[in-house]
Parts: sequence; structure tokens; C-alpha cells
Amino acid sequence: MVNLTIDDRPIEVPEGTTVLEAARGNGVDIPTLCYLENVQAIGACRLCMVEVEGARSLVPSCVAPVTPGMKVRTHTKRVREARKLVMELLMSDHAGDCKTCDRNEDCEFQALARKMGIRDAAWTGDVSERHFDTSTPALIRDSGKCVLCRRCVTVCKEVQGVTALFPQNRGFKTTVGPAFCHDLSEVACVQCGQCAAVCPVGAISEKDETARVWEALDDPNKFVVVQTAPAIRAALGEEFGYAPGTRVTGQMTAALRRLGFNAVFDTNFTADLTILEEGTELLTRLKAALAPEGNGNGHGHHAGPLPMATSCCPAWIKNAEYFHQDFLPNLSTCKSPQQMFGAAAKTYYSRKIAKHPTDVFVVSIMPCTAKKFECQRPEMESSWSRDVDVVLTTRELAAMIQQAGIDFVNLPDEQMDAPMGMSSGAADIFANTGGVMEAALRTAYEIVTGRQLPFDGLHVAPITTLDGVKEAALTIRGCVPEWSFLEGKTLKIAVAHGLANANRLMDKIRKGEAEYHFVEVMSCPGGCIGGAGQPRMTTQAVRKARIEAIFREDEGKTMRKSHENSQVREAYEAFFKAPLGERSHQFLHTHYFGRNRV
Amino acid sequence: MSVNVQHECACGAASEETLLARLDEVIAEYRERPGALIPVLQIAQGIFGYLPECALKRIAVGLDKSYSEVAGVVGFYSFFSTQPRGRHLIRVCLGTACYVRGGKQLLDALKNRLGIDVGQTTPDRNFTLDVARCFGACGLAPALMIDDDVHQRVKTARLQAILDQYKDGTPVPSPAE
Repeated sequence: MVNLTIDDRPIEVPEGTTVLEAARGNGVDIPTLCYLENVQAIGACRLCMVEVEGARSLVPSCVAPVTPGMKVRTHTKRVREARKLVMELLMSDHAGDCKTCDRNEDCEFQALARKMGIRDAAWTGDVSERHFDTSTPALIRDSGKCVLCRRCVTVCKEVQGVTALFPQNRGFKTTVGPAFCHDLSEVACVQCGQCAAVCPVGAISEKDETARVWEALDDPNKFVVVQTAPAIRAALGEEFGYAPGTRVTGQMTAALRRLGFNAVFDTNFTADLTILEEGTELLTRLKAALAPEGNGNGHGHHAGPLPMATSCCPAWIKNAEYFHQDFLPNLSTCKSPQQMFGAAAKTYYSRKIAKHPTDVFVVSIMPCTAKKFECQRPEMESSWSRDVDVVLTTRELAAMIQQAGIDFVNLPDEQMDAPMGMSSGAADIFANTGGVMEAALRTAYEIVTGRQLPFDGLHVAPITTLDGVKEAALTIRGCVPEWSFLEGKTLKIAVAHGLANANRLMDKIRKGEAEYHFVEVMSCPGGCIGGAGQPRMTTQAVRKARIEAIFREDEGKTMRKSHENSQVREAYEAFFKAPLGERSHQFLHTHYFGRNRV
Repeated sequence: MSVNVQHECACGAASEETLLARLDEVIAEYRERPGALIPVLQIAQGIFGYLPECALKRIAVGLDKSYSEVAGVVGFYSFFSTQPRGRHLIRVCLGTACYVRGGKQLLDALKNRLGIDVGQTTPDRNFTLDVARCFGACGLAPALMIDDDVHQRVKTARLQAILDQYKDGTPVPSPAE
């Protein structure tokens, strides 16, 4: 332990702690801009400077380790004036008007200016050239607002392993952006939006598509259906002052109804459907690989190779299409639950309510920016129109609720509509890293053995943590006759979140250092609860709170397994017939193709 | 801030494949070495005379780097150029000694005379104008380099005579130097 004083108060912290961490851990806040907990500490912005007795100059606290006997002062005149000057200089090259910025009241830069008591723009001079980039379906960039903190660069490179954004040029001409400051569409970007999730200003945001949803709601000829991903219910409340981890499922449903949606449904419904399709696909692949007769064509389906990987995450899919083309046959052919929902809503459901698919308008509320990309993929048109018409993020939904003047916190809890509003707890946990895997195991294990998954609370504990790559092994005993070839076999699984972790896992598999049967990948740290469309800022503590909320949602349901969902069974009886059947292939499965990296 | 990158290789269609094949050999040699990007870029600029888009993309894929990162490194170092270079590279020293002894005036005079700005190439592709920070010839300030020749104590009045030596693409030794 190291003893030091901060603002004359003695404190004790472990060796290796930075001055910033020591201060924040002891009730002293120091302003930061480029610093990002667990991701980036580079001392670039100079806002976190403090005075250290005996040091010649001010010290950037985010990169300064504590030393024994150190005397730190965090708000002397010298410190305050230096920080204020830095802030004023940063402001002098920051374009835009707070009133019309989508980050208004949700902007770290604006909050810093207020905290530091800056009342006028002290400096004027040259400003950087401004470039607007609307070239991709999910993200918009405004280089004029960028304050060069480099958080997006670090997240894109270190957390996601993509490096679509990088500092270009040098000195005053430095811009953060794609190669040669061209548009994002010209480089390999997976649209995960983690850059937008960590941007402290309005330089990178999701493409706002609320206007298209209002237009559909205003159109009396459109039957507007909405689906909400499981991660929304554990995060939307934060936009209305609730603590992270507050579940607002019922109030969210009430708000959607008041906004005017004709049917309020759940992506969970098609998450359950996904488990039946993907679980069957896994068993088919296992049968082809492990059964003595080696016949994987039992369902009239050519079985793909092992390990099979999940396909729910559109940024992971796009990442694989760029960087793991040899692995594309390993990806489950299942569409994501979001896209399955669109296809099901415009076929099975529209038939049920006797509407033409083109009169049904499907809106998805997603924690994700990449879903905006996914819904416009050319192949996502199995229902004679776009399967999903618009994807909004959690933040965009919150904006619509505010625009409609709905008093969210005083809304009653309401239930989602039948039939596509019914779901199991297994569907809820799709929101967490490891959740799709656990949900699939709950069903697959029961199909194979006729017994419940033998884990406490049905949770596969080793894969529920926030470790980047997680592994588990499950030895199968007591198989029912049809699956007797799995008797005594050990099913090996791996779960990765954050694409850099996924890339490491792929390398390991490619080199033969590890063998798995089933792999889950989610692009965003923590899974969808940490998606780029969620309320900012998603810190590690926020991730944990949302993950807990999702598990409570799951545990609170009597129906915990996807195959128990009677409405999904009915959808099969009435329309889809059987998992991996002909209709499934037409509407619920898809294919992938390689993309050029440059 | 958008930078124009040459979208088609200006390295001559006939030889482009040959040059890219040479680049591939370099990439193969450096691929496993740490810190390979900058040396490969330097060699590539030597091969092509500048860094055309086709070469940069080949390097990005070959070294398993993102194109944005490669572009960022190219843009950071003034040594790298994404524009075709002239037959002769003029570098005016703006180091401290040269600057106080008239380097800036020399540069302005060259800009006027050649009708180009720093980093640009004359329409006849004879000269590219660039600046440099100290050749280590401070005693001879102001100095400029054309290709590998150092010209010392240059006066604006003498510029045309110096440029004339490189008119036909080959430097002619001047009796005065």
C-alpha cells in the first residue's frame, strides 16, 4: 500500500494506482476527457492535471502512478487556470451549436465546460476543416465536433480489433477518421458503433431515423408493429433517471402503446424461435460430425462444419465477412432474432391478421447500431418487402418518448401483445454475453437427454462473467435413444465478447490450439446490454448492473426455456412447420459472403 | 479535411504489375518482423517514386494492418507522399540557421518561380517542392537540396541558374560550385 495526501487528506491506496484513480476512489473528482476507464489512459487532453509538491510542472493524473509521501493538490489556482485554458483552447476548435446537437444535455464536453465555469469563448482563430460523413447505414460523423480525444481510435483498435478510425495527418491538421479522411464506407467498418458509444461529444452518432417512424405512425394505412430487444428493458430507464439495472419492461410496453404502435411485440419471441432453429442446427452438425453413420442430412439439410458459431450479432457477422472468411461456413445460417422477427411479422403474423406484408411496417428497438446496417442488407427481404423497415436505438426510442410528452416514470406496467409478445427467460438472456449459449444449452440438453440442464438456476456459471473469452465443457450422460451417439461425449463451448477477443478465439481455433463444438460471439463488451445504442456511458459497473437485471428478468419467469414457448409452437404448427424445414429456410435462415478489406 | 489520393496508379500501366510484384517480395520479407510498416512504406516509395493507393492497399492487406492505420502513418510523416513526384525533389531547409538567413524568402521565390506550393509537383513533372528541417549544413545557410546535391548560401538571384541545371532531367555541374 502507498500513503499519500490528496488536498491535505491522507489516503492509502494499492501500489500501481494512478493519482486519478486514487482521487476518484476517495471522493475527489478530477475532470477528464480522453481518459476512458479500462480502455484508455494516455494523458493527451491535459484536463486531469494536478499539482504535485516538488514536481516542476503540472502532472496529468490519469497516467501518474502514486508514490509514497506524494502530496497532491487537485484544485489550486494554478491547476484551475491551466485546466480552464486547456478547455478554452479545445472549445475554440469545436464546431456546432449545443441546442441542435444530438448530444445536448448528454455531452461530456458540455458538462465539463459547465463544471469549470466557462462562460465565454475566450479564443478565436483557425478552425479545422469540417467533414460530414453519412456514408454508412448506421453511423454519422461530424469531424468539426471532434476534440481528438482518441477514445474511438482506441476502442476501434484495441477492443474491437477493427481500426476503421485512426488519426490522419499531423499537428493542427490532425483529423480522426478513416483512411485519408475519406468516408467510413470506404474502409472495413463493422458498424458496431462502439466509437459512438464512447465519443464524449457529438462527433460520431447513430443515424437518427425517428422521423421515418413518426411518418409510419402518422400513416393510417400502415399497421405499425414494434419489437424490442431484451437489452432495452434493462437500460431504457436510465434515460429517465432510473439507476442502471432497473427493469422497465412494463413501462416500456406502455410507452410504446402510447406512441401509437398497433402491436407491441418482443424480439424475445424470435429469440425463442432462434433457439429452436439454431439448437436444431447445432444438433444436426453434431450428428454429422459425431454419429457413427455420419449422416447429417436427417433434416434435408446439409450440415455445416464444427464449431458452429452464433449469428445473432450483425457486427460479428460483418467482422467475419471481412476478417474470417474461412470461418463463414461455421456461422449458423440462422438470421438474427431481429431479422427473424421482421420476416415472421410480415408472413406468419400478417397472414394471421389478414394484412398484406407491404401494409405492415416493422420497427425494431435495438441496443445496437449495427442492426441499422443489418436491416438494409439486400438479402433481408424474404417477405416481399424489407423484413424490417426501421431500426431505432434505445436512445432514439427515449427521444421519441420525450417528443411525445409521455411521463415515463409514472406509466403503469403493461403486458406485451399476443402472439409475438410471449417469450421465455431463455430469450431474455440473449442480452448478456454467454446468454445465447446458455439459452441454446437449456433446450439442446433437454432434447438430447430429456432432462433439465444440470446447473444451479439453469445458469452456466463459467460463461456468465465479464471475462473476454470464456470456456465450459459439459459431459452428456443419459441420452435418449435418438441421440445415443452423444452418450459420454463432452461438449466444449466458448464465448467471446468484444471483437478483439473474438479474433483471438478465432486464431486459437485456426491454429488447432483449442477445439470447440459451439462458439458464441457478441461484438460489444458485455453483450447487447453494452451495445452502442444504449444510454451513455456504459461503464463496467453499468454493464454488471444491466446483466444482473437481465438475469432477474429471466429468473422471474415460470417459462425459462425456449422450447416451452407455446406461441412459438403455434407459429410452427400454423406456418413454419418444423425447425430447419423448407419455410424456415425461406424465411428464417440466410447466407454470408466475403467482403474486401480495402 | 480530405486528402486527394491518386486513385489510379500513375506509375505507368506497363510496369505496375512488375512494381507490385517487387512490393510483394518486400512484404513477404518483412511480414513477420515487428515494426514492419514504416520500412515497407519507405521501400515502396523507393519502388514507385511515391505511394499510390494500389501499393498502400497491398501493404495493408499484406502486413495485416487496417488501411486507415496505414494511411494515418503515411499522413503523419512528411517523408511519405501519396502524390506522384517530379523527376527532381527540391527541399528547402527551414531549420533555424537557414530560416534566419533567408530560407523562407528562398522558399517563397521558388513557389513563385515554379508556380506550385509545398508538396506539389510542376505540371511538367520536373520538380517537386518540399521543405526540410536542417541538413546539418548550418554553416552554409541558407541551404537547399535538389535530389542528393546540396546547394549552399543560395541567393534568390541565383535560383534560376540552379534550376536550369536540372532542366533536362540531368544535373549539369556548374563551374561556380
